[in-house]
Amino acid sequence: MRRVYVYKGFERFWHWSQASLIIFLALTGFEVHGTFDILGFEYAARYHRVASWMLIGLIVFAIFWHFVTGEWKQYIPTTKNLMDQIRFYSYGMFKGEKHPTNKTEVKKLNPLQRLVYLGFKLVLIPVTVISGILYMFHKTIDRNDIVVINEFSLESLAFWHTLGAFLLMIFLVIHVYMTTTGHTPTSNIQAMITGYEDLEDEEDKTTEKSGTPE
Amino acid sequence: MKRAIISIILLSVFVLVLINIFTTEDEYYNLKLEKLKQEYAIKPVPSVDHSKLPALQKEFATPQDVTEACIGCHTERHKEIMNSAHWNWERVSYIEGRGVAAAGKKNVLNNFCLGAQSNELSCAKCHIGYGMTNDHYDFANARNVDCMVCHDNSEEYRKGSSMAGYPDRSVNLTKVAQSVGAPGRINCGSCHFYSGGGNNVKHGDLEEAQLSSDRDLDVHMASNGMNMSCVECHTAENHQIKGRLYSVSSTNTNRATCEQCHSGTPHFDDILNRHGAKVSCQACHIPVYAKANATKMSWHWSDAGKLRDGQPYQEFNADSTQEYQSIKGTFTWAKNVKPDYVWFNGTADHYLLGDTIKSAPVQMNTLYGSHDDPESKIVPVKIHRGDQIYDTKYKTMIQPKVFALEKGDSAFWMDFNWETAAAAGMKAVGLPFSGEYDFVETEMYWPINHMVAPKDQAVGCAECHTRDNGRLANLAGFYLPGRDYNKGLDWFGILAFFGALGGVIIHAVIRIIISIRKKDYEMDVIDFEKNHPDLN
Repeated sequence: MRRVYVYKGFERFWHWSQASLIIFLALTGFEVHGTFDILGFEYAARYHRVASWMLIGLIVFAIFWHFVTGEWKQYIPTTKNLMDQIRFYSYGMFKGEKHPTNKTEVKKLNPLQRLVYLGFKLVLIPVTVISGILYMFHKTIDRNDIVVINEFSLESLAFWHTLGAFLLMIFLVIHVYMTTTGHTPTSNIQAMITGYEDLEDEEDKTTEKSGTPE
Repeated sequence: MKRAIISIILLSVFVLVLINIFTTEDEYYNLKLEKLKQEYAIKPVPSVDHSKLPALQKEFATPQDVTEACIGCHTERHKEIMNSAHWNWERVSYIEGRGVAAAGKKNVLNNFCLGAQSNELSCAKCHIGYGMTNDHYDFANARNVDCMVCHDNSEEYRKGSSMAGYPDRSVNLTKVAQSVGAPGRINCGSCHFYSGGGNNVKHGDLEEAQLSSDRDLDVHMASNGMNMSCVECHTAENHQIKGRLYSVSSTNTNRATCEQCHSGTPHFDDILNRHGAKVSCQACHIPVYAKANATKMSWHWSDAGKLRDGQPYQEFNADSTQEYQSIKGTFTWAKNVKPDYVWFNGTADHYLLGDTIKSAPVQMNTLYGSHDDPESKIVPVKIHRGDQIYDTKYKTMIQPKVFALEKGDSAFWMDFNWETAAAAGMKAVGLPFSGEYDFVETEMYWPINHMVAPKDQAVGCAECHTRDNGRLANLAGFYLPGRDYNKGLDWFGILAFFGALGGVIIHAVIRIIISIRKKDYEMDVIDFEKNHPDLN
């Protein structure tokens, strides 16, 4: 075991602010949707709009960061060890097996994470954000010469936006739970807070390839 | 150093968020509105005092003499009047489905007192002319133009009951002629407040309480507010009065609108301004109508004609509104009514005399519009429901003769005989009557435009954007956030969310059980024997 600086400052800031914005957007968004009544429709809609612009701003910075630092390469999908990873979460970990892949500072994500996070970044977030922007500016022809978007019906935009929201909430549940599957239940969360995590030594890589219990 | 910078950035973001969340538009000063208030606070001062004019220093024997005196100076004004719908009781316009047609009080029916034809002697109380006793009125005679009913500023002038539009005999014509000026609320109100046979019967949003009201009732006409007269919005360049009442009008032209003063973007909040593309100002800013006195909501003529000891009678509700009248039938009234809402593009059709009834309830007027029509907006309306007489054979609505001065003249209000009343009325309008009649349900739509409330009483977002029975619950054809949702998607989403939650809980429980079995965690079991070896 060695103590490694895995998550950089911006990465952690991005992660937590994105997390809190998405949770806040979910609360206000589902209130606008009519699922429950907390703030009242007017304030829910107003805060949802403010938070949505903040999230869009954050995403712009995050995209910039990913390309400038080359961190985007972390998300290149691979099928290598993918089945092992799924097998591990399904029953390997119950038997006390070790993680089939090894986490290092240059290879932070396991194959399953790569695939899921890539889907999150390339499909889920774009669908939700783009449908949200169109929703925000949606209206039919207006005499006041404000931007007009009426090629898509509000009903279909709302469908995609709500679908994205549900999928994000499902992601949130599973994602939060999966953080407890590290060396200790809280080691992953601590790493995302402090940036430092205790990782396996480089020499132990043999286990990564075999994916079998010792 | 780096930490300090990051925390300063985070702190500023946090503060900015708080500022954004807790500021409200009330903190801005609405200069646009102040400018308007300033403009309308200055009331015009007349440039002529009519009491000083030599031509008016005399006794007038007839009201026509007054009209002649008016025309003596205002030499062409009567021509403008004689071009107006107030005079002609009809207006030629393009009506969807009919082409170019004339419509107005001459040929439309309503579901209150039904119609003016054959009842002119009484109905002409609200015609701006003298001597309309029957349907042979001379609309070309300028002497019969009633200038005084609109321009009297002395509150002396009154039209007489059942006098064919002539003033009451007690009116001092000289006094009235010397005190003419711009019309005030009472001039317009003398007809428009009392139409349908009493105060606030027809409109619901126009009644005598507006002669002296506070801002809660009507922000524009409030005596302690802007104290505006009708003609400040319903301007009347060359006597062509701006504004349309869709109980008789058909076209989207020359309307009086909120926007003519307030502009199309009166709010600071962009989202509210954008609502204006589809939602009329009135829809939010007139949360209820009939605030001071009740308005008639239904009128069933089929109950009319019951007599007690051979005499007509009437019955009253606890709030002193009429419940039943032998001459008219059964009524319901309501106060502080939430409007109904419809799509409306400013064009309307009407039941015109002679039209065939296709379905019930018969639409006495039809407000056109839909969500997909760019001209349409959601407007508040009063829907007046009732039933009235129709010809079961020819499938036409009947214009009955209801009014006469004496019995035996076929008038329903005197003889209580529908058959003779229907025959006399239909004869007067030149339409056939089969002799077979019954009563059919009818509906009539009255757009609500007055009784604008102070802004803090405007309809709130959640009154429409709600799943449970909001104000727009019945308005179809569009997706309303907060009201509408995809049921299938909601089921899928909720099942999947709680499925995922259940899945991870099961996963976690299995992990915990296994780790307990494997004693990954130290079990804090109190081993009595170990702790107390000496007891053995």
